[in-house]
Order: sequence, then C-alpha cells, then structure tokens
Amino acid sequence: MSASVLFLLALGLGLAGWMAGRARAWAFRKDTSGGRLAALPNYHAWYVALWIAVPVLLFAVLWSVLSPSLVMQSVLSSPAASDLPAFGFQRDNMLREAHAVATGAAPAVFSDGAKPLIEPFREALARYNLIGLIAALLIAFASGTLAFLRLKPDFAARTKVERAVMALLLLASLVAILTTLGIVASLVFETIRFFGMVNPIDFLFGTHWNPDPMSGADNPDASRYGAIPLFWGTVFIGAIIAMVVAIPLGLMSAIYLTQYADPRLRSWVKPALEILAGVPTVVYGYFAALTVAPMIRDFAHMIGITSASSESALAAGVVMGVMIIPFVSSMADDSIAAVPSAMRDGSLAMGATRSETIKRVLIPAALPGIVAGIMLAVSRAIGETMIVVMAASTAANLSANPFDSMTTVTVQIVAMLTGEASTEHHTTLSAFALGFVLFLVTLALNFVALRVVRRFREAYE
Amino acid sequence: MTVVHENLEQADAKMGARSVSVFYGDKKAIDDVSIDIPTEYVTAFIGPSGCGKSTFLRSLNRMNDTIASARVEGEITLDGEDIYKSGMDVVQLRARVGMVFQKPNPFPKSIYENIAYGPKIHGLAEGKTELDEIVEQSLRRAGLWEEVKDRLDDSGTALSGGQQQRLCIARAIAVDPEVILMDEPCSALDPIATAKIEELIDELNGRYAIVIVTHSMQQAARVSQRTAFFHLGKMVEYGRTSDIFTNPLEQRTQDYITGRYG
Ligand SMILES: Nc1ncnc2c1ncn2[C@@H]1O[C@H](COP(=O)(O)OP(=O)(O)OP(=O)(O)O)[C@@H](O)[C@H]1O
Ligand SMILES: [Mg+2]
Repeated sequence: MSASVLFLLALGLGLAGWMAGRARAWAFRKDTSGGRLAALPNYHAWYVALWIAVPVLLFAVLWSVLSPSLVMQSVLSSPAASDLPAFGFQRDNMLREAHAVATGAAPAVFSDGAKPLIEPFREALARYNLIGLIAALLIAFASGTLAFLRLKPDFAARTKVERAVMALLLLASLVAILTTLGIVASLVFETIRFFGMVNPIDFLFGTHWNPDPMSGADNPDASRYGAIPLFWGTVFIGAIIAMVVAIPLGLMSAIYLTQYADPRLRSWVKPALEILAGVPTVVYGYFAALTVAPMIRDFAHMIGITSASSESALAAGVVMGVMIIPFVSSMADDSIAAVPSAMRDGSLAMGATRSETIKRVLIPAALPGIVAGIMLAVSRAIGETMIVVMAASTAANLSANPFDSMTTVTVQIVAMLTGEASTEHHTTLSAFALGFVLFLVTLALNFVALRVVRRFREAYE
Repeated sequence: MTVVHENLEQADAKMGARSVSVFYGDKKAIDDVSIDIPTEYVTAFIGPSGCGKSTFLRSLNRMNDTIASARVEGEITLDGEDIYKSGMDVVQLRARVGMVFQKPNPFPKSIYENIAYGPKIHGLAEGKTELDEIVEQSLRRAGLWEEVKDRLDDSGTALSGGQQQRLCIARAIAVDPEVILMDEPCSALDPIATAKIEELIDELNGRYAIVIVTHSMQQAARVSQRTAFFHLGKMVEYGRTSDIFTNPLEQRTQDYITGRYG
C-alpha cells in the first residue's frame, strides 16, 4: 500500500515540479526580453520533474524492500511478542495472520496467540508509512529545489533531459536482456541438477522414456529417461510431417501471389494468410483433436490400418503444418519479390515461360531466403506446444508409422511439470533438461537462418 | 507524319511495324509508328528521354506483355507474320527476337549455365557435347571466350560490368535469334567496354537484324546505318544514319542532334 502511495506521490510532485520549472523558464524568457534560452521551457520543466520523480521512485523501491523488516523488528521488540513460541512454523503463522489482519487483507485471526500482535502491527505499519511519506517528501523537496535553482537562461536542460531519456531506453532494453539471461541461467541450473542424477548419455541416447513420479526422489532409474523417442516424435511431427504440408503449400502460395495473382487478389489473400498466423494455437489444437484426428483415424481404418490411433502423429503434424504455412509463404514471398525484376525479364526475353522462369531463375535465386524461412518455421514447429498437447499422445513411442501415437518434447515438458511430483523430484527436473535441449536446437536454427537471410539481403544491394 | 528519307536502298524487312500505337492504361506512349527493320543494317533509335524508345522496342518481342497495363494497337510483323495475332507463340517469338537490356542482368548462375539456359529451355542441343559447342560458339561470337574459357563454372555475376553485358549478348545469341534488340546496352559501361560492345555489334551486323536504342549520338553514328528519331511518342524522322546526322530534314531532329534540347 505504502509503495503505491509513494508512486502516486512521485507523479504528483513531479507534475508540480514540471509546472514550476516551466513557469520559471517562461519567466527567463521575459527577463531576457526575447533573448534565446539554451533550451525550450519544456525541457526545463522535464528537468525539474525528473529530478523529483526519479529520486522518489528510487526511494519507493528501496522503502518497499526495507520497511517490512523494519515493521517486523518493531513488532518483535514489543512486549506482546514475548509470548510467541520461540521459533518454527507456528510462530511464523501467527505473525503472518496478525499482519494480514492489520493491513486489512484478512477479517480475523485463527490462532488466539496472534491476537495481541495485531495492535503492535497496526502501530508499526502506521509509523513506518508516515516515516516513509515524510522521507519521500523531504527527498522530493530537496532534490527538486536543487534542480530548480540550477535553472538559468543558459542552462543546457535539453542535453540533460536527452541523457535521461537515453538512460531510460537503455534500462528498458536491459530488462529484456536480463530476463533472457535469467531464464537461460535457471534452465541451465536445473538441467545441471538433473544431470547430477541422470547421466546425460543415458538421457540423450536412451530409447526408453517412462519416468516414474512415484519412485524415490534421490535415485532415479536412468534407463527410464531415454529421450530419443521424444526427440524423434518432435522431429517426426514438427520437422517432417508438418513440413511435408507446409513447404509445398507455402511455397506454391508464395509463387502464386508474387507471380500470378493480380494485385487486387493479392491484397486480399496476403492479409488472409497473415490472419492464419494470428490464430491462437489453442484453436488449432481443438481443430486437430476434435476434427482432424478422428477423420484421420477413420480414414486409416477404412484403408485397413486397424492399428491407427486416435492421437496419431499425422493429425498433430498436419495441423501444425497448416499453422506454419504463413511463415514459409511470407518468407518465400519476400525473397522471391526481392529477386530483381531484371532477372525475370532476362529469362522471359529468352523465350522462357513463366513457370520455367520461376523454376529455373526465381526459385534458385531466392533459395537462401526460402531455406531460411523453412528453418524458422521448423524451429517454431518443434517448439510448438498447444497443438501437440491437445492432439498428440503422452506415450513415448519410437515409430515411423504416422498413424501411431507419439509424444514430443514439449508435451513431456508439460506432463512432467504438471505432474504430482515436487519441484525437487527428478521427473520435474527432467522437464528442464528437455527444455534446455529444445532451447539449444531452436536457438541454433534461428541463428543459422538469420545469418543466411542477412547474407542473402546483401547479395542484391 | 514521319519524314522518311527517299534515298534509302531497297532492303527486305525482317520486321515491320504498321501504324503501331502503344498505351499504358489510357496514356499513349507510342503514337502511330511505322518502320521496317532490315537484316542488312543496324537500326538505331534515338530521342529524348521518355519519348517511347524502350516502349516501342519492347513491343517488338512482346515484352510489353509483362506489364499489365500495356496495350498495343496496329500491326507488327516478323517475316510477314503478325506477332500479335491470336495463337501466336510468344515463347517462339522471343526465341527469334532476342533482347539485351540496359543493365547487364546475368542470372546468378555459372557462366556456362547462363549461356546454356536458352538452348536448354528451347531444346536446341542434344546432349552435352552439342551444348558445349553452342556455349563456346556463342561466347566466341560475343568476343568473350578468351576471357572466360578457364572459368566457365564461376558465377556470371562475378564478371565485370562490360563482360556481363557481353555475356548477356552471348546468352541472346545462343538461341540463334533472327533479330536482336538492344536497349541502351552500353549506358552502364565505361568507354573501353563500350568500344568492345560496339565492335561486337559491327561483327554481328548482317547475321542478325539489330536494333539499338542509344542516348549517344556518337554511338548511333558509329554502329548504325539507319536511324529513327523519336519525339513525344512519335517517330519524327527516319533515314540513313549519315543523312540524319548531317542533313536532317526536320527542325526537331536538328535541334536534338545538335544538343539544343534533351
Ligand atoms: N510500365 C509503365 N507504366 C506506365 N507508363 C510507362 C511505363 N513504362 C514507361 N511508361 C511511360 O511511357 C513513356 C515512354 O517511356 P519509355 O521508357 O519507352 O521511354 P524511353 O524513350 O525509353 O526513355 P529513356 O531514354 O529514358 O529510357 C514515358 O512517358 C513513361 O513514363
Ligand atoms: Mg528506355
């Protein structure tokens, strides 16, 4: 509560500082009777506002970290606290209950022992809120006044404000980078823990996947952690079946759109394809599980494949292929369109037909871009979760029959994380190892693809 | 409307245009042009920028078909046959009427594959040896053989600009056309490369009917025997190159070749 008050305070005082700074700058302008200020009044205003708001915000962050322990200390040193049990679960619980009632988050306490603590909590909270508020006001006035006094007609407020803006932008990009690093670090950390229990060789090359969440937490049976069937299922569904669907369809639609479609049709079809890319994957998942999978099973039974499962790899793969058509087609579209029209004219002027020109000149010239698009699509497909969670099975199965049920890395990650085992259990940790492998593979695919695209762009510039 | 000099020698028209107009949408880019293109001479099209030289040239091998808004009226013949008649095989037409563009545009393939491209799609060669022969002969005729014979597998785009343009000419020759259309083939080249191309045009003269669009008066004077002057979509004057440059009958031609407007 106190943090949000401080936040509003920062905004309010910042606004006041903004207006004061602006008024002051206008006054300079009058005084110097038409002489030029070193910066526009708005910059002076922002300068003061930032000098008020930023210190207060920093203080608010600091205070929200510090004040809980200060409150706790003062409660513990109150006479009522001497009746608390010395340590342990009960003691923590009482403190928590009393705190909740004092802040109004809970209506009453369960344990009687907590009751006497409520009042000390209230007092301490009120005291430290007040202290925080006063401190914030003091900081705001001190730093705001200093900033205000620094304003002069020739004060370079603009460069100062620009620098602050740059710092803000830097901070924003750091957040993204640091988050990525944090994710990777936690992934690596948990993966190492898992590999402490299960030999990476068994994991990467074993062909039997059947983790047992009920087994002891410390001595996993490494022979149940062979991830090859998962890798195979992922590749078979995401990189083979899906690509058999997506590459021809995506490529042909790109060729049609760039070479044959008249502009009016193109202006319709292209956005429609892009909408396909925007359909939530859950929706594809329904479609795969409820419509495509039964259809494929019935079809398989009809042609005499009685073993066909209703969770066939084919259903998940086909729907995933449809999902990534737009990725393939839009990259192919871009790279075909980037081939200079002089190339096309040259071929047509030799008496080549349109399709000969496409086959022999345009596609070869655009090939790097097309390949890169396919690689990006593959990396999307193998990381895709919702479709396979809904349409593929959870049973690991090393098979080349598309009508068999199969499972993928992402399905197993979900299964392992949502299982009943604790976060320390090796079944849970195996999800991180799987995630890490997946991360490395998609990273490599994206990296190579983007490099190819960049080289390709330069070729025509 | 066109002033045609009367002292022209009789020559068989390889291609003929009769009252040809070309439109881009509603805009008329070529207005009622009639001309004969003989095999014996090199014909030059000159005129200020935007007067329709390229447009007219492209209508001679139906490259205008690739522009959706373009439309041709009138009659254009190749050996007396109307090339815009329905049922005309555009693929065959373009094999007989080749084209070289302003900017060298070799395919991003090997030198060999660049030349072999046309013969392959038209099925001119039976087997590898025959194809090799065509490639060598075309490169020889384009005066490029000596320079590239050891690096036929290198990419065509790795050649210099002038070599690329001669490669494009060799590529056009490889399908054994009857007419070669060149749209400012030297405008992207330096004087030495230009001189080589001009020499080449001289050598090809007589074997093929050649039409060249150029902005250089000197080039027109050097390589062509017939010159047509275009202005604002109309063909203003047509005659022997020497007469057009020394004795133009039209004031506008005179103004243009003396550089009074461009
Ligand atoms: N694709 C097109 N669509 C519409 N108008 C065009 C197109 N191409 C050319 N034009 C117009 O037709 C006219 C003749 O153009 P063209 O390219 O034939 O001139 P040009 O004599 O070759 O000029 P330059 O010497 O600059 O090459 C110009 O007014 C041009 O704007
Ligand atoms: Mg032109």
